[in-house]
Amino acid sequence: MHDTRGPFSRKLDGVYILLTFAACLMIVVMLAIILGNIGINGIGIVNWAFISGKPEAGMTEGGIFPAIFGTVALVLLMTIAVVPVGALTAVYLHEYAHKDSKAARLIRVAVNNLAGVPSIVFGLFGLAFFVEFVGSRIDNAFYGGELHYGQPGIIWASLTLAVLTLPVVIVSTEEALRAVPDDVRHAALAVGATEWQMLRHVVIPQAMPGVLTGGILAVSRGAGEVAPILFTGAAYFLPDLPSRLNHQFMELGYHVYVMATQSPDVDATKPLLYGTVFVLLALTFLLNVTAILIRSRMRTRIAHSM
Amino acid sequence: MENPVKLETRNYALRYGNNLALTDVSLRIFANQITALIGPSGCGKSSYLRAFNRMNDLIPGASSAGEIFLNGVEVQNGNIDVVMLRKRAGMVFQRPNPFPKSIYDNIAFGPRMHGVSSRSRLNQIVEDSLQRAVLWDEVKDILKQSALSLSGGQQQRLCIARVLAVAPEVILMDEPCSALDPISTLRIEELMQSLKQNYTIVIVTHNMQQAARVSDWTAFFMLNGQRSGTLIEFGSSSEMFTQPQDKRTEDYITGRFG
Ligand SMILES: Nc1ncnc2c1ncn2[C@@H]1O[C@H](COP(=O)(O)OP(=O)(O)OP(=O)(O)O)[C@@H](O)[C@H]1O
Ligand SMILES: [Mg+2]
Repeated sequence: MHDTRGPFSRKLDGVYILLTFAACLMIVVMLAIILGNIGINGIGIVNWAFISGKPEAGMTEGGIFPAIFGTVALVLLMTIAVVPVGALTAVYLHEYAHKDSKAARLIRVAVNNLAGVPSIVFGLFGLAFFVEFVGSRIDNAFYGGELHYGQPGIIWASLTLAVLTLPVVIVSTEEALRAVPDDVRHAALAVGATEWQMLRHVVIPQAMPGVLTGGILAVSRGAGEVAPILFTGAAYFLPDLPSRLNHQFMELGYHVYVMATQSPDVDATKPLLYGTVFVLLALTFLLNVTAILIRSRMRTRIAHSM
Repeated sequence: MENPVKLETRNYALRYGNNLALTDVSLRIFANQITALIGPSGCGKSSYLRAFNRMNDLIPGASSAGEIFLNGVEVQNGNIDVVMLRKRAGMVFQRPNPFPKSIYDNIAFGPRMHGVSSRSRLNQIVEDSLQRAVLWDEVKDILKQSALSLSGGQQQRLCIARVLAVAPEVILMDEPCSALDPISTLRIEELMQSLKQNYTIVIVTHNMQQAARVSDWTAFFMLNGQRSGTLIEFGSSSEMFTQPQDKRTEDYITGRFG
């Protein structure tokens, strides 16, 4: 057969391969530069005193322990809130709601749009809804109007983050539910399990790794987000650790922002800044690894016996 | 002597959306007998089988008409507990579908769902069901292993044991051997023979030899002129396979079409 492509097209092929490779290379190089920069400049700062100490001298000295603690507490609270709610929403959408029902479609549209909203909007939403609406209502109902929950606090910040990360949990849980074959659903129903028993004992256990994946993605997405917690609970400088749900807290991402923009002495702050970013990255990484480990343990448990 | 009627349908019809898949099926299935449903692909055998435990209810857009009786009680239209119906009429599917759980938990699943929690009682049921399914000797030392580690034939017997564990009266089997090798198939056939004493079995099969070998009664289904599946002929298997009454049955079992 006659090949109309000619030698030029062959050469073009090479060009395209080169082009796609260059694009990949650029990303890898950029990531390497960022991580390298942070690693080289940050690792020297990070020692026990830095990790366990409080910020001092207008944040030009001392450590970042309150921010580490606040970040971990924030992310944990967020996870506790978002995983069950997201997973149950997905169960409703995928298992109970009819595909074309108005309610299901409405929820889906809401979820999709939620994923596209800029995070600062979540911050404002959190302030308006959680702090000013829910919080002050709690104060009026339980504390005779005294200010307890009607102000920014870690509970509101974590709930705001939970709303922000809800879509990822819903989407990955739904995907996991979709992957559970009808075969085993029918097997459960055919021995007289009720629909809820089938979900509870067969479908949801099999979907659990997917739920956890959602949790992992939520942690990745939520940890280090500054905008949503700006008005809902993060403190500029607060060496005391939060001990109650309505306390304010320091957070690594916000701390970075504060040090970068508000420091009285930029040069003195710079090493601390690097150290903090390093710790933030390491912490996110650690949280991810932990979740991945839990998930893979769960997978093997499902694959072998339960 | 004729066995009592265990299952019966009167003028059963089933639609998937606008497609009338089954029409006017009236059939009696006798207790403690094996009844084979045969017929060309797409004539509605699986759909008919699913009528007895109302699995068709689960298919979106499916709607049925007519009456179904279990022990003389109408179970299609009345105020019947579908969950209990499915316990009484267990189903074995074409592809083995064990849960990704241990062998033990697969068998114990049904009883647990029905409220059995005593460990010794469950142990008893698990052993008993596996014995009946002729699987006990092969798995008694590996009950904690995943059911997915078993061979296809073992998995299918496990699925049968899982059904037996809830003490059904009827076992519905949809081509239970189609994914199995000849030896596993033979074992399942032997198993069916031994189960017959205590259960009523309805089996869909494409294998004429199998139907002739294992079944006491045979129902032949085919598409009618309007392309809806319907019952053509029903009779004792020995007669059906030697002197069928209907020309279409004869053509089918002698392999002239289908
Ligand atoms: N879930 C379903 N949704 C829509 N139509 C269906 C569904 N299941 C079966 N049908 C249709 O109903 C008709 C009968 O199907 P059924 O599976 O009962 O036939 P069958 O006799 O079991 O065939 P086979 O021997 O190939 O298994 C077919 O036309 C099929 O397309
Ligand atoms: Mg079929």
